[in-house]
Amino acid sequence: MADQLSRRGFLKSAAAAGAALYIGANTKGVMAASNSADAMLNHFVKITGDGRAVALCKHVEFGQGSATGLTTLIAEELGVTMEQIDYEFAPSNPEIYNNLLFGPFQGTGGSTAIANSFTQYRTAGAAAREMLISAAAKTWGVDAGTLDIVEGVITGAGKTAPMGEFVAAAAGMEVPAEPRLRDASEWKIIGNAQTRRLDSPVKVNGQAQFAMDVHLDNQMVVMVRRTPQRGGTVVAFDDSASKVVKGFIMAQALPTGHGVAVYAENTWAAMQARNALEVEWDLSAAETRSSGEIKDEILAALNTEPTYNVNKADRAAVKTTVDGAATVLEKTFYFPLLAHAPMEPLNCTIEQTAEGDIVLHDGAQMPTGPHMAYQQIFELPAEKIQIKSMLAGGSFGRRATPDADYQVEAGLAFIMTDRSRPVKLVWDREDDIRGGYYRPAAGHKVRVGLDETGAIIGWDHQVAGQSIMKGTAFESFAVHDGVDHSTVEGIADSPYTIPGQALGLTDTEKATSVLWWRSVGHTHTAYVMEVMMDLAAKTSGKDAVEYRLGYLTGEGDAARKAGVLKLAAEKAGWGSAPAGHAKGIAVHKSFGSYVATVVEVSGNTDDGIVVEKVTAAVDCGIALNPDTVTAQAEGAIGYGIGHAMRDQITLDGGAVEQSNFPDYEPLRISDIKVIETHIVPSAEAPTGIGEPGTPPSAPALANAIAALSADAEYVAELPMSANGVEFA
Amino acid sequence: MTISLNLNGQTHEVDAEPGTPLLWVIRDELKLTGTKFGCGVAACGACTVHLDGEPVRSCQTFIEDIDGAEITTIEKMEEDKVGAAVQKAWLELDVVQCGYCQSGQIMNAVGLLRQNAKPTAEEVDDYMHGNACRCATYQRIRAGVLRASEILEA
Ligand code: FES
Ligand code: FES
Repeated sequence: MADQLSRRGFLKSAAAAGAALYIGANTKGVMAASNSADAMLNHFVKITGDGRAVALCKHVEFGQGSATGLTTLIAEELGVTMEQIDYEFAPSNPEIYNNLLFGPFQGTGGSTAIANSFTQYRTAGAAAREMLISAAAKTWGVDAGTLDIVEGVITGAGKTAPMGEFVAAAAGMEVPAEPRLRDASEWKIIGNAQTRRLDSPVKVNGQAQFAMDVHLDNQMVVMVRRTPQRGGTVVAFDDSASKVVKGFIMAQALPTGHGVAVYAENTWAAMQARNALEVEWDLSAAETRSSGEIKDEILAALNTEPTYNVNKADRAAVKTTVDGAATVLEKTFYFPLLAHAPMEPLNCTIEQTAEGDIVLHDGAQMPTGPHMAYQQIFELPAEKIQIKSMLAGGSFGRRATPDADYQVEAGLAFIMTDRSRPVKLVWDREDDIRGGYYRPAAGHKVRVGLDETGAIIGWDHQVAGQSIMKGTAFESFAVHDGVDHSTVEGIADSPYTIPGQALGLTDTEKATSVLWWRSVGHTHTAYVMEVMMDLAAKTSGKDAVEYRLGYLTGEGDAARKAGVLKLAAEKAGWGSAPAGHAKGIAVHKSFGSYVATVVEVSGNTDDGIVVEKVTAAVDCGIALNPDTVTAQAEGAIGYGIGHAMRDQITLDGGAVEQSNFPDYEPLRISDIKVIETHIVPSAEAPTGIGEPGTPPSAPALANAIAALSADAEYVAELPMSANGVEFA
Repeated sequence: MTISLNLNGQTHEVDAEPGTPLLWVIRDELKLTGTKFGCGVAACGACTVHLDGEPVRSCQTFIEDIDGAEITTIEKMEEDKVGAAVQKAWLELDVVQCGYCQSGQIMNAVGLLRQNAKPTAEEVDDYMHGNACRCATYQRIRAGVLRASEILEA
């Protein structure tokens, strides 16, 4: 009897497990449902008969918590706990999984993962909930309005049943056009600081699968010797020393001429064989300048009339005002090239299936990039190319190149073979540090005029640097009237009300390939704005917080920026510091979010500065996963401060001088003693958090150092360690 | 050359050239991918494993030097008292971001707690100094080691 019962129970759950409800969008972007994976290849949520839910994540997970965040949205609306739902990465499909802020393009960047998905993913989860509830209401003969799903159980009208029981019935129903989204008062997971990351368990036990961990049967490992100077091409190569390496297979010049691909049986053999290769380069068209020349060019541009008058101000009038001011503050800033150096060196693996499909295994930040590039390289239609997204070991922007650089390299290395063996392209750290795509170098010259009371009456701000967007597929939406907004963002759109501001921009020649780097233009614009504000406050004998608040008097933007400024000041005990310590503050808006940072330092610039504490206040709208917001603030602050302390990429005769962590030294655990993050409660739609912590961190450090003594200065060139500041 | 490698309690006969870093034997030959490649020059700690119980950088540990030694990797930490405590602390505090450095962080943290069960924050910083985290999860790494120490004491 007992056996029979359990057997019946088994059969029932097995039958139910065969059913599944998929909610996704059809190619017109309309929510659609199906009970078949084939009909609904491109879904956002799947619920199986056993009551498990799976969220399909359209954004890469490189540490910022997108997988947990997107899954939270589905779980909340559907009515399941985070233990009852899993996540998977979506395939490449720019029609269905596009970033709603990027157009028909699937990609992660600009801290938009949650902002663009907040309504979309909740709607998918809510649609699934309403369909399951409708199916139950019909079966039970009750009003659907009396039912809800709570922890995976349909509950109400005196009845309960696991939602899995209604999966088959729900799959045949129409998708509600406008499902009701739960009111914030109903939220249990959104905004709950107790929610844990879904990817933590596999990341602490070694089971997490990054692209670097792909090991396909019979794969070859390819490493590339690239041109030492940008623009160089291969004339000839000698692989006789490579041939001695056990496991070496072959070496071939890439069709682009930019390097030689070395194929080997395993990674270590590929490294040795690649390093043993002798290459003769044609450097006649290559970059030959050194960092000093590039800097001179940028600084010279600051002293000429700018090419672009960004804010259409009457610059002559502004200059006249500044020249006639009671006090004139003048400062020139310089920011070096920076590498992203994600912890997982770049890599991807490419194979061809028996059906002739090309499959790329990649920690893909912008799947649409390689997807389009491979259609050309392999002359295949889009549907014959699959991109399998893996966890990515950091990016900070590096995995999102407009030209899909490393994926194209892998594609070219693969197409030069008979495609019978998969090809895994691996970069080592030296390749990464020397491989280009840097945060562009930039210079600023600012002249601020203050009246007798210390109030700003004129602000002449000139920027010169290398445009990231020009010449890329993103030019049309990021460049207007010649101005690459990413070079002046954070000044042109600052919430400060600054009277008499002129903003000019001059593009300089690209010395090397440049790319967005965590927080893009804000990496330098925030530094300049916040150091100048601090200098103006100090010069006029005003408190740095009060002074800034005087320029943040409006509603909305200004009020939110003022809000984080006040919160950070309050939490950091602004206004006093232990003996020998000093505090500096900075505040900045980027990617729709507001962050204020107080840095407390001790020591002095000769014997060594110690970063004692960083206190941050964050307003990113609704904090979907508050602990992730805190973690991103901590990480972004470390990223900003670490590079400001001691990192730069320099060129000597066009060749990059740094090569690995010993000379591109990462932030270390002892560099910042404590970081404390405070989140502003908010009902506003969520905005970015992966990047906004970075911009104000470095200027807060500079301002703290300048507050250490009467003769301490504001560091105007980065990195600080190369410009007169020692760190303990 | 063929060497016999005792890895996570199992003996493997491995054929590799002298000069081959242990890292690549673990990853490419034995296909245990929890141990990571970050720099190859002992400057990041992503490749940290235990050699006879002590943390070492496997990218700079060469197979000809370790014949007969006992190697333990992150995959075995669940079964280790200290390893399990560190992992538990890491989960409680959600230390990880991208996670790529974290196997190495955990292996190194276990090394510290084995020799110093109750480290101070400064001692944690000193010992963990060579383990880079580009996501800058240091705040939580420090707290995680201190929390693991508490878990072990309980
Ligand atoms: S890979 Fe071994 S220390 Fe970095
Ligand atoms: S968690 Fe990303 S490098 Fe440490």
